[in-house]
Amino acid sequence: MDTSQIIVTIVGLGLAAFVVWYFFFSARQTASAVSSSSGVQEVDITVKGGYSPDIIEVERGKPVQLSFYRDEENSCSEELLMPDFSIRRDLPAFKTTLVELLPEKAGTFTFTCGMGMLRGSLVVK
Amino acid sequence: MEPATKTETLDIEGMTCASCASAVEKSLSRAPGVQSAMVNFATEKATVHYLPGQASPATLKEAVVNAGYSVMERAPDTSAAERSDEIDRQKALAYQKLKRRFWVAAGLALIIMPLSMLMLWPALMARVNMPLLNYALLLLTLPVLAYSGREFYVSAWNGFKHRSANMDTLIAVGTGAAFLYSLAATVVPDFFTSRGLMPEVYYDTTATIIALILLGKVLELRAKTQTSAAMRSLIGLQAKTARVVRPDGQEVDVPIAQVQLGDIVLVRPGEKVATDGRITAGQSAVDEAMLTGESLPVEKKTGDPVFGATLNKTGSFRFEVTKVGADTMLSQIVKLVEDAQGSRAPIQRLADKVSAIFVPTVVVIAILTFVLWFDLAPADTRLPLALVNFVAVLIIACPCALGLATPTAIMVSTGKGAEHGVLIRNAEALEKAYQVNTVLLDKTGTITKGEPAVTDFLAPGQDGPRLLQLVAALERQSEHPLAEAVVRHADAQGSSSLTATGFRAVEGKGAAATVEGQAVLIGNRRLLSDAGIDLSPELTAQAEELLGQAKTVLYVAVAGQAVALLGVADTVRDTSVAAIKELQALGIEVVMMTGDNPQTAAQVAGQVGITRYFAEVLPADKAGKVKELQAEGRIVAMVGDGINDAPALAQADIGLAIGSGTDVAMEAAGITLMRSDLHGVVTAIELSRQTIRTIKQNLFFAFVYNSLGIPVAAGLLYPFFGILLSPMLAAAAMALSSVSVLTNSLRLRSFNNH
Repeated sequence: MDTSQIIVTIVGLGLAAFVVWYFFFSARQTASAVSSSSGVQEVDITVKGGYSPDIIEVERGKPVQLSFYRDEENSCSEELLMPDFSIRRDLPAFKTTLVELLPEKAGTFTFTCGMGMLRGSLVVK
Repeated sequence: MEPATKTETLDIEGMTCASCASAVEKSLSRAPGVQSAMVNFATEKATVHYLPGQASPATLKEAVVNAGYSVMERAPDTSAAERSDEIDRQKALAYQKLKRRFWVAAGLALIIMPLSMLMLWPALMARVNMPLLNYALLLLTLPVLAYSGREFYVSAWNGFKHRSANMDTLIAVGTGAAFLYSLAATVVPDFFTSRGLMPEVYYDTTATIIALILLGKVLELRAKTQTSAAMRSLIGLQAKTARVVRPDGQEVDVPIAQVQLGDIVLVRPGEKVATDGRITAGQSAVDEAMLTGESLPVEKKTGDPVFGATLNKTGSFRFEVTKVGADTMLSQIVKLVEDAQGSRAPIQRLADKVSAIFVPTVVVIAILTFVLWFDLAPADTRLPLALVNFVAVLIIACPCALGLATPTAIMVSTGKGAEHGVLIRNAEALEKAYQVNTVLLDKTGTITKGEPAVTDFLAPGQDGPRLLQLVAALERQSEHPLAEAVVRHADAQGSSSLTATGFRAVEGKGAAATVEGQAVLIGNRRLLSDAGIDLSPELTAQAEELLGQAKTVLYVAVAGQAVALLGVADTVRDTSVAAIKELQALGIEVVMMTGDNPQTAAQVAGQVGITRYFAEVLPADKAGKVKELQAEGRIVAMVGDGINDAPALAQADIGLAIGSGTDVAMEAAGITLMRSDLHGVVTAIELSRQTIRTIKQNLFFAFVYNSLGIPVAAGLLYPFFGILLSPMLAAAAMALSSVSVLTNSLRLRSFNNH
C-alpha cells in the first residue's frame, strides 16, 4: 500500500462513518406545538428538501393543525403522506397547505413524502 | 364524551395582515356555540368547530362580518375538489418545465457524446487539441448542470441540511463527482500527467446521466397523473348548477354551492341530479352507474332518494335537497377513496423500513467501493476505475421504485374499485381481501333481494280478512322486514287499519301486542313455544309444507291460540347464482348464514349451489359464526347488509357491506359495495388479488433490481468476468426502473370485471 492508498482508505472510512452518524445518529430538530387561544395545537412546517421541524410534539386528544409551507418546486416533496391518519395531500409549491387531525393515541407517527424519502414524525404525548 | 361538534371552513375576504386574522379569530371564538376557531392568514381560511345547536354557518358568517371582514360564498365541498384545480395547474406547469429541462440536457448530451468519442479514432485525435476540446466539452456540460440538473443539487443540499438524503442526493453526488474530476482534468491536466495518469474527462457521463434521469422523471410524472385519473373523474362528476324552484314557483339556475337544505330542485330528462335529496313530485328512471356501477337505470318515484351526480333519464321530477356539499354520497365516496389512497398497506412495511435507510446506506457502499477499487486496482488505472464505479453505484440505486411500488398500485385500484361501485376503506382491507379463502354470506339481502313478500296466508276455520287486520295492526309497529311484507300484503288486500297497543319486539323471534283487547303474537315457532302455545296438527302439516317450499313461516296466535300461518318468501337475486359460482371458481368456499330454519336454508343453499350453511342463527350469534370459521383456520370475508351484521362485519377478517348498506354497516366494513348484488364481492376479491399481485411484483422487482444492480455497479463481476457497468447504463437502468414499477401499477387500470 502506498501513501495515497492509505490516505484514500482513511478518508473514505472516515467519510462513511460520518455519513452513518450524520443521517442516523445525530440529534434532530424538535418542535412542540403551540396551542392557540382556541385550543388547537398549531405547528408551522417548512418543506424544503425535508421537513423543518421534522419532529413535532403534540398532546393527545386535542386537535392539531399542521401548516405545511412548501418552499420549493422539487417534485420530491409534492405529496405528503400520513398513513396513520389516512392522509394523502398534494402540497402546491410556495403555498401553505393545512392538514388537520385529531391524535387519539399516544405514539410516534411518521409522515413522509410520496416516495418515503423525506421523513418527519409526529410524537403524540 | 364531548357533544358532537361540527366543523365549518370559511373563506375570509379582506384580511391584509396577520393581525386581521387574529381579529377574525377572536370574533369567531367569542360567538356563541363556537368551541374553537382558527384563522389562517396565508390561506385566508377560517376553520371553526362549533356546536350545531348553538351556532350555524350563518351565525359564524355574522361574527366575521362583525369583525369587519366578509365571507366568500363557497360550497362546503370536498376538500379534494376545491384543491384539485390549483394543483392540476401547478402540476401541468411543473411538467412543462421538466420537459424543457430534459430537452436541453438531451440536446447537449447528443453533442457532447460524439465529441467525447473522438478518442476512439486515434488518427483524428492526433489533429485535435486535447485541452481545447476539454474546455469545449466543459462549456457544453455547464448548462446541463446549471439548468437541467440544478434541482438535483439544490434538493440534495436542502436535504443534507435536514439530515435527510433522497434520490437527488445520489444523483447530485454521482454527477458532481464525475464533473469535478473532469473539471480538474481540464484545468490542471499537468497534475494528472505528472503522476502518470491520463487526464480523462467524464463530461459525457455527467450530461448523459442527467438527461436520462430527467427522461425517467418525465415519464414518471406522466404516468403518475394517470394513477389518480379515476379520482379526478369522480370529482368531475359533481354538477355545477341546480335548477331551484323558489317558493313563488320561479325556476332559477343557481351555482351548486348556493343550494340549501330544503330547497326544491327540478330535474329534467337528460340532466344531472345536482345533489342528494328525496323526490317530492314526479317519477323517472335514473342512471346511477357513476356511483354504484349498476348499469341499469333505477326507477324512482315520489319519496325515493336521489343522489347528486347521477343522470336523470326519462321523466322530470322535483326533489327536496336533503344533503349538500361534503355530506353528499358523491363527496363521501370521494372522501373514502381519498382516505384509502392515503393509507398504508401492511405489505409495504418492509419497503418503508428499507427506504428510510436506503440512501445513506448506498452512499456508504459507494464510498467503500471507491476505497476498495483504489486499493486493489493497478496503480495506473485505479483512480478512474474507483471513480467510475463510485458514480455507477450512486446512480443505479433507485429508492423510488421501492417507494412507488405499493402506493401507486393502491391509488389505481381504489380508484378503479370506485368506478365499479366497490369502495375500499383502506389499503389494509385490500390486502385482507386478497387473503380471503372463505366468504360468509348473510342470506337475506345478499343472496336474496331481502325484500320478502307474503305468498301464503292460511287461517283454517278462521275469519281470514279479520285476522289479517289484527296481524297488520301489530306489524305496522314493527320495523322488521318480514313485518313490512305482512303490512304490504294486508294493504294490498285492502284491510282497514286497527290500533295496536303494548307493542313488544322479541329479538330473533317475532313481536307481540294487544289489538282490540286481544293478545296477538306473530313470529317464528320458538316465539309460540316460548309462550307455551301448541300448534294444531292441521297447522303443523301446513307449516311443514310451506317450509318444504323454502318459505319462511310466520305463526300467528291470538288470545293464546295458534290460528294462522303466513308463508313468506324472499326471492333469490338473479345475479346470486352466477356470482357464487364465480367465487367458487376463484377457489373460495362460500358459506351461507341465515336466521331461517334448516329447511329454508337448505332450499336456498341448494338453489344457489352452496353446500355449507348455518341455519337459525340469531343476530347476536352472527359474529360467533364468523369466529367459528376463523377457528378452523380460515380467512373469512363476511358479506352483510344490516345493522345487526355490524359485529359480524367487524369480527371478520374483512367485512363487505352490500348495497344500500346502512351507515353502521359501512362503518364496520372494510369494503362497501354500492351495487346490491354479489357480483361486487367477486369484483372486490378479484381486484384485491390483482392489486396485491401487482404490488408483490413491484416490490420484488424493486428489491431485486437494487440488490443486483448495486453489486454489479460496484464492480463485483469484474474479478470474475471482467464486466464493469458504465455509469451511463446505470442511469438508463435507474430511469427505467421507477417507470417500470409505475407502468406495472397502471396495468391495473385495465381491470375489468365483466
